[in-house]
Parts: sequence; C-alpha cells; structure tokens
Amino acid sequence: MSALRQTEAVGAGAPASTPVLTVEGLTITVGEGAHRRPLVEDLSFTLQRGETLCIAGESGSGKSLTSLAIMGLLPKPGPRVERGSIRLGDADLVALGEREMRRVRGDRIAMIFQEPMTSLNPVLTVGRQLTEAIEAHRDVGAAEARRLALESLEAVRIPEAARRMRQYPHELSGGMRQRVMIAMALALEPDVLIADEPTTALDVTIQAQVLGILKEIQATRGTAVILITHDMGVVAEVADRVVVMRQGRAVESGAVAPLFEAPQQDYTRALLAAVPRMGAGAAAGEGTRANQPVAEIRDLTVRFPLKGGLLGRTVAEVHAVAGVSFDIPARQTLSLVGESGCGKSTTAKAIAGLVTYGGHLSVDGRAAQSLSTTDRKALRRDVQMIFQDPFASLDPRMRVGDLVAEPLVIHGIGTPKERRERVAALFERVGLEADAMRRYPHQFSGGQRQRICIARALALRPKLIIADESVSALDVSVQKRVLELLKELQDEFGIAYLFISHDMAVVENISDRVAVMYLGQIVEMGTRAQVFGAPRHSYTRRLIEAVPVPDPARRRAAFPRLVGDIPSAVRKPNDPPQRLVLTDVGEGHLVAAE
Amino acid sequence: MATYLFRRLVQAVLILLGVSLVTFVLLYLLPADPARQIAGRTASAAQVASIRAQLGLDQPFFVQYGRYLASLVQGDLGRSYLQRSQVSDLIASRLPASLLLMVAAIACELLIGLTMGVAAAVRRGRASDHVLMVGSFVTVSAPQFVVGLLLLYVFAVKLGWFPIGGYGTASHLVLPALTLGILGAGWYSRMMRSSMVDVLRQDYIRTARAKGLRRWTILARHALPNAILPVIAMIGIDIGLFMSGIVVVESVFGWPGIGQLAWQAIQRVDLPIIMGVTLVSAVAIVLGNLLADLVAPFVDPRIKLQ
Repeated sequence: MSALRQTEAVGAGAPASTPVLTVEGLTITVGEGAHRRPLVEDLSFTLQRGETLCIAGESGSGKSLTSLAIMGLLPKPGPRVERGSIRLGDADLVALGEREMRRVRGDRIAMIFQEPMTSLNPVLTVGRQLTEAIEAHRDVGAAEARRLALESLEAVRIPEAARRMRQYPHELSGGMRQRVMIAMALALEPDVLIADEPTTALDVTIQAQVLGILKEIQATRGTAVILITHDMGVVAEVADRVVVMRQGRAVESGAVAPLFEAPQQDYTRALLAAVPRMGAGAAAGEGTRANQPVAEIRDLTVRFPLKGGLLGRTVAEVHAVAGVSFDIPARQTLSLVGESGCGKSTTAKAIAGLVTYGGHLSVDGRAAQSLSTTDRKALRRDVQMIFQDPFASLDPRMRVGDLVAEPLVIHGIGTPKERRERVAALFERVGLEADAMRRYPHQFSGGQRQRICIARALALRPKLIIADESVSALDVSVQKRVLELLKELQDEFGIAYLFISHDMAVVENISDRVAVMYLGQIVEMGTRAQVFGAPRHSYTRRLIEAVPVPDPARRRAAFPRLVGDIPSAVRKPNDPPQRLVLTDVGEGHLVAAE
Repeated sequence: MATYLFRRLVQAVLILLGVSLVTFVLLYLLPADPARQIAGRTASAAQVASIRAQLGLDQPFFVQYGRYLASLVQGDLGRSYLQRSQVSDLIASRLPASLLLMVAAIACELLIGLTMGVAAAVRRGRASDHVLMVGSFVTVSAPQFVVGLLLLYVFAVKLGWFPIGGYGTASHLVLPALTLGILGAGWYSRMMRSSMVDVLRQDYIRTARAKGLRRWTILARHALPNAILPVIAMIGIDIGLFMSGIVVVESVFGWPGIGQLAWQAIQRVDLPIIMGVTLVSAVAIVLGNLLADLVAPFVDPRIKLQ
C-alpha cells in the first residue's frame, strides 16, 4: 500500500485543479450474505480535464465493472456498488436516481464499447442512432439534430458523412462503426468519455487511426478520457496516468512514464515483462535457415461464389485466397500475418482440408489431390488445428479427457487403455494434472482450455499444427506461457507450425519465417529478420508502424492519417485479380512489386 | 425482386402439386366408399357400381389423379358428390367468412401474445413473469374445443355479452376469434419473451442505455423491432395451424366458413370438397409464408430477398 501512495505522489506533479471525476473507495460486490464477494475493492482515482487515464488489467480485474458503475449501467440483478462515491462535479453518481442518472449518461459522461460490430443497432440507420442521442438531451428540432450529427461524423473524419447517415451498421466496416460510436459519444461534448477496450476488436492499422482520432478530439475539446484496456502498448501510446488493476484492486497507479520505467509492484513488473515487444525476438536465433519443407503449397486459391438471379447462378466471387505459394519448413514456424479479410484464416482452413480449394498442396510428400481415402486420412492425421476461441472449440458436454482422446478414436489408434495412458501423458506434457481428464470444459480457465486444445492437436503426433489466432483471446501473462509451451513442444516433437495472427509482436516472437498477406495474396515473405528488420513492401511497413510500442518514451509524434477501407475482394465471375509477382531481393527475401 | 417472386411462384406450384398428390393418395386409400355413401344403405350392389363408374372411381389411381389434375389446371375443382354444385362455388361462398375469422384471430394472438411476452421479458424473474408464463402454458395446453366451450359458457350463456353462435355482426366475431387466437397467443408470448430477453442482453441495448435514452424508447425503438423478427417468420407458418383450428372452432360456433364445409364433407366422404379445401389451405399457407418473407426486409435491413 505504501508503494501505491508513493507512485501516486509522483503523478501529482500535474497542476492541481478541481478534478472532473473523483472515484473514492469504490467497492462493488456480488451475491448476498455468505455468498457476497467483492469484485472491485476500495478503488480510488481522480480524473482531470483533458487528461487520459488508463485503467489497465487482465480479465477479471474489475476494470470494465468500474466503468459500468460510473455509467450506472451495472447489470441488474447482479453486481452493485456497496461503498464509495463517484463524484462528477458536485453530484455523487452513486446516490442519483435512475431519472437523474439518465440525464448524465450520454450528455456529461459518454461511453464507447469494445465490440463495434454489435454495439450499434442493426435495424436503425446510423443517422437515426446519432440523432436520437442528441434529441434525448437537447431540446432541438430534427433538422438541428441532423446538423449536429453530421458535424460529429465529420469530426471523426468519416468520408461521405451525409451518405453514411442513411446507411445501416452492417454496411460499414468495423473501423467505421467504431468511429460512428465515437461520433455518437462525442456529439454532445461530454465532460468524460469512457472507452472500454475501444480498439481491441480492430486491426492494428485501424486501431492506430481510431486512437489518433480520440487523441485529436480530446486535444481540441478538452474531454477527459478513461481508457480501459488490457493492451500495455495502447497504454504507453495514449495514457497520461495509469491505474493497474488486479482482481478488483488497484495494484499501482501513477504517471505513465515512471510507471513503465520503474514499476513499483511485482505484478506490474510481471505484466510489463509479459507484453510481447517488437524487436525482442529478433535478437535470438538470428540467421535461421529454412529446413526441408514439411508442406508445400503452390498456387492455392479459394473462392466463395455469391449466388443470385433466377437459377442461382454465380454472379460474383469472393477471392478469399487469390493464389499463394509457400513452403512450411519442418520443425520451424511460419507465420501468416495480415488484417482481417486478408485470407490468412482461409489459407489455413484450405491446408487443413476444411474448405475446397484450387491449386496444389502436399504434406510430407503426399499430394492432397489424387489421394486414396487412406492417404487422405493419413494427411488429416498429419495436419492438426488449434483454433482461436478455447471456449467455443471444446464441446461443453464432453469430458476433456474424451475430447483429447477423440482424434485417436476416430483414427482407430490404440486400445482404450493405451489411449487413456496417452491422453494422461499429453495432459501432463501441456501442464495439466492427469485427473483433470474427468472434468468438463467449463471447469477450466481460458488458458487451461487452450492447453487442452493443444493436447488434442498433439494426440495424433502431427507433422504440422495450424494455430489460427490461438493465443489472441488470452491475457498477456497466460499468452506468454502458452507461447512458451508451443515452442517447447516444437523442439520436443519436431512439429512445424503454421501460425496465424493479427498480432505483429506475437508473430515476431514466435516465427522463423513470416509471410504478409493482403487481399488474398502474399506481398512479402522471408525470415523474421528480413521481414521485421528490413521490410520492403509499403503494406508491411504500414503494419509494423501501426503496432503500438509498450514504451511511453518512444511514443509516436503523429498517428498515421486516415486511409480508406481495404478494397473489396469481391469480383465478377472468371475475373481473378492480377497475380502479384514476388521477386527475390536477396537471400530468399521475397517482395511483391508495387 | 421480379425474379425472386417468379422463383417463389414456381416453388408454390411444386408445393401444391405435392399436396394434391399426397391428399389424393390418402383419400384413395380411405376404406370408406363414397359411392356407397351417395347411393344410400338400401341401394343394390349394381346401383353402387353404376355410381362408382359414373364418378370414375372404378378407374386406376393414376387415371383418376390425371383427370383431377387436368381439370385443376383449368381452374375446375370438380363437383361435390352430394351438394350438386361446383366445389369452387362452395369454397368461394364460404372463404370470406373464414378469412375474416382468421384475420381477427391473428390480430388477437399478436395483441395478446406480444404484450404478454414483452411484459414478461421486461419483468424477467419476478412474480408477474412467472404468472404470465404459467398462463401461457395453460392456453397452449388447453384443447381448442374446451377453450371454445368455456368461453361460450361464460361470456355467452352466463354473462350474455356475446351471441352463442352465428355470423353477421362484430359481436359474433369476438368469441370464435378469441378461441382461435388464444392458443397462438400462448405460443407467441413464450417466443416473444425469449426473443426479447435475448435482445435485451445485446450490446446495442447497452449502447442505447449509455446514450441516456428513456426506458420506453429503448424498448419500443431498439428492442422490439429486433425481437419481433423470429415472430414474423412464425406467423407465416402459423396459418397452417389456423387451418386445422378453424375446422373445430367453426363447428363449435356455427361459423359458416370453409372449416365447417370441410367438416361436413369429411363426415359424408365428399372427396372433391375435401380435396378443394385442402388445396385452398395449402395456397393460404404458401401465401402466408411469402408475405412473412416479403415483410421481413422492411424490419431488418440486413435481410435481402434472393
């Protein structure tokens, strides 16, 4: 506790003025009587005008609950504020009735949420959703509300704002939707803006744009921002002050620079150490040569037809993968990076045989085409997948031991006793106790579930494991341990990984080779050092530059300016996009001409 | 849009063809002999045989079905065996009464069902929610003739608020429409409740609350249009249920619609009428579903007709 006070004193160097928002001794509990337990305990902080306060922490730290408590939006029945005060100006929000609180919401405190895809109502136009927020708090006519709405859309630099007003949310991209959310929140110029993981669901380049817009508007209007995030890179990028939370308590708080430079608490140090950093991986294992390929992919294409017309003819095609060729070296990791919609997951699914594809594909010398049924089964055995969502990829009604044994049963390997022993050994290997086998998926945490998925993928002793965003849903500390496990298993069993991720820092840490995809094609491919150390293609550079650096001292001066959405991969039938030609710029570093 | 409607039309023709075939097979296999029914108990075997030949019932199945289809294409549903008039005329004279009853019943079930469902969802977990859901369970479980007789006894016989049966004024309509609609109301209230509970958990409802909108605005503008989508699809399917419901309800209340016509025809093995009413019901169901599909894009802009 004394350490907390100390760092607080460092942060108090800012000019003292009346804070916009003061949270004091906030305690949120859930349950009654003996079942009552605190979710947030004795949390205090202040927020000054024009300041950005980041509340950082992993899942279960109580950071989102805190923001909902400030908004008076705690779900009912459920957690409630038991003690403490939240003062906005002279008013204590905890004591306000629903009617008064409604006047505060959206007008004086506004909020944007994590999921731009689901946070807007699908059946109302963007314009309607903006104007209703304005009309709820200001006594203005329809025309004036429209004018204000248009103005705020333009403030977040949405192109063709007037046309966007008439569109529905599903017609906008994720980045555009999040900008609409920001426009909606800022239309009434609130004193406080709470942003709960506003960029977590967005691609890095879009994240950089959205953060840039937030900063810009904050600077011109003096809005105080509470930014809730698990991403220490984002914290370093935008915060003035930070509160680090863990299990409902503030572990450490203070100005951003000293907190990153010299964290006082063990937890903060551990959290910062777990953050994957660009450049950290490059030092180790320099100059790795590519091994013999375990999988060869040549000219892979995946198209999804869009049907229409009277006879359901194909009227257009989505060129999800528009001709990619690469080798996956044995015992090494190749990463596919790129933004959503670039075709990296579809490529993975094609290799795993989950979508129909064109082109040539062979694993361990066996060509996927012209295969007999037994050969195809063998190929299936050699390629296994670990998916993104450990909650959705385990059948909730099966015991986890049976889930891991299932691939063995399908492929008819071993007697029941042998299978049990093998599963027990796998559990031990991935760091779970063998008697966990009899439990069900919901009894495990996210990280443990992903370990179960890894054990399942290992069960058949595959040559290649495809990990599709397998660590993206995990907290950084858990993510770090799972990545370490993956590396150990690679060394031990000699498995090759096709690692798919949108997180450039994670990719830089785990990969031997990297391929950058854009619009269904590879624009750059090479060793990790080549791609990250000397990126040649402008898209690769843009991706790398957009990654927030978890170091407030290296904060970028200006965010990249608005670029439009990625062009569409939908084309007329029999009109494939032009193939990019990759040229070798030295030592196998392939780059597409621009 | 034009191509969409054309596709649906082709679909509809295929469905009607299928329905006609299945019904025809079932009626063909029926142990009851329509010729014997027409001739009467005292008629000789020769008389029955001559009637059978006259109606073409002695022909092989495919010849009978082929003849029926051939006249059906020309819009001819055949003649009633016993009523000596065209089936199409009989149906046409009784259809308006049935349609009126059906529209009134749909209005009843939507009004009662949706109100109950929304109220229960908003007050989820509280006593009023439980009362409403038990109520809906009772209405879903009760057979229609029981509900009909109960309503008749209470509101017509005891209280005398509505006439006991018949057709003509608005007050004649109330009890049969209520009887027919109350079953659907139970279904819709449950469906609407779960749909609404689901929608109220969505992120965009939280966004609406964060904007500081009034509770009622959130319910009416943000929740209801989203929650009602599955219900709209249900109304289309529901018309099939109504068709079986009106047979019972029209008999209980003496309502001169096609349900009553069908009931009489079944008792007398008047095959052309049974066929005709079945086909008309099938057309109603197809149209109902089409209508539901056409309305959906207006509620949900994400739906495109293809």
